[in-house]
Amino acid sequence: MILVFGLITGTLFGIFLQQAEAIRFERQVGAMRLIDMTIVKYMLTTIVVGAIGVYFLRDMGLVEFAPRAFSLGLQVIGGLLFGAGWAIIGYCPGTSIGALGEGRIGAIWPILGMLLGGLIYAFLYPAVQQYIAPIGALGRVSIADVLGVSHWVVIAVMVVGSVALFRFFERKGL
Amino acid sequence: MKIEQHHKPYIFGALSGLLLTLSVAFVGQFFGTSTTFPRAASGLVQAFGVDMSQIEFYTVGGGSNTLASFPNWQLLFVIGIGIGAFISSKFSKTFTVEKLPSMWVNRFGSSTRTRIAYSLVGGSIAMIGVRMAGGCPSGHGVSGVSQLGLSSLLALAMFFVGGIATARVLYKGGKA
Repeated sequence: MILVFGLITGTLFGIFLQQAEAIRFERQVGAMRLIDMTIVKYMLTTIVVGAIGVYFLRDMGLVEFAPRAFSLGLQVIGGLLFGAGWAIIGYCPGTSIGALGEGRIGAIWPILGMLLGGLIYAFLYPAVQQYIAPIGALGRVSIADVLGVSHWVVIAVMVVGSVALFRFFERKGL
Repeated sequence: MKIEQHHKPYIFGALSGLLLTLSVAFVGQFFGTSTTFPRAASGLVQAFGVDMSQIEFYTVGGGSNTLASFPNWQLLFVIGIGIGAFISSKFSKTFTVEKLPSMWVNRFGSSTRTRIAYSLVGGSIAMIGVRMAGGCPSGHGVSGVSQLGLSSLLALAMFFVGGIATARVLYKGGKA
């Protein structure tokens, strides 16, 4: 049953991504070239609505979750590496599959590259765990924990910040 | 129903946030895609008869990085993204068979070999980085930041810092 949910959720997500044009190479590289903010608008809207949704569920006692573990070393080094690769291939893991679905058959090359990277990572994993993961490791902390404020304060700031950014983008025609 | 293009990122972004909420509510699943790549890669290697089962990466988490974890929610989610994009593009008549992205061709030319070389190197770097960071723009970006994870906010910021810096080098000054 959980597999059926995965397929349905993925299909809807694929439809939304395609309709927003967030899976296009030009939209993704365009964001990194600072000439087209489509994916930033899409992502921030998803994040803000998602944050309100999942924290509402948690406050109602319906779900439990904890953020992914924090490691300054892993997120800075890994994040920068991913960003560099993302700019080269023009797709992230999810959107590469979506791009293939809307006929961009050239997305097969980045997909093969990412499969290769997945294999290489298996060999790097022990060294990464030993040397990089412990750098600035804080565990599964949220922004609200670190600031010592209610999660709704953080979400409110995110909403206001996103709206301000959206207005800026629309004014600049980005 | 006609939606103006410049409203679409907001409307479909909001729907995606709602979808994430429903997925968490009903199945307890946040979005994520990238772990499926090392899992699938291990399966491809296995298909060629290479035994890597003793490598630490494939033994941690009860083999959650191997093909043994398939089929799981995330694999079907990833396949779904492809199906959804296909359905959506067919219905909106935006399905386009394209070998190389036009922005790429404008900068790097139409050589498939060049694109393959960049894709294999870039794809490898991207996947190594994303597994190191612990998530991709879906897993860290959307799901992680929705949970207000400090790790996810930092990862998402670094994705863009690395991406913007690299794009500057790759597409220096050139117009779209």
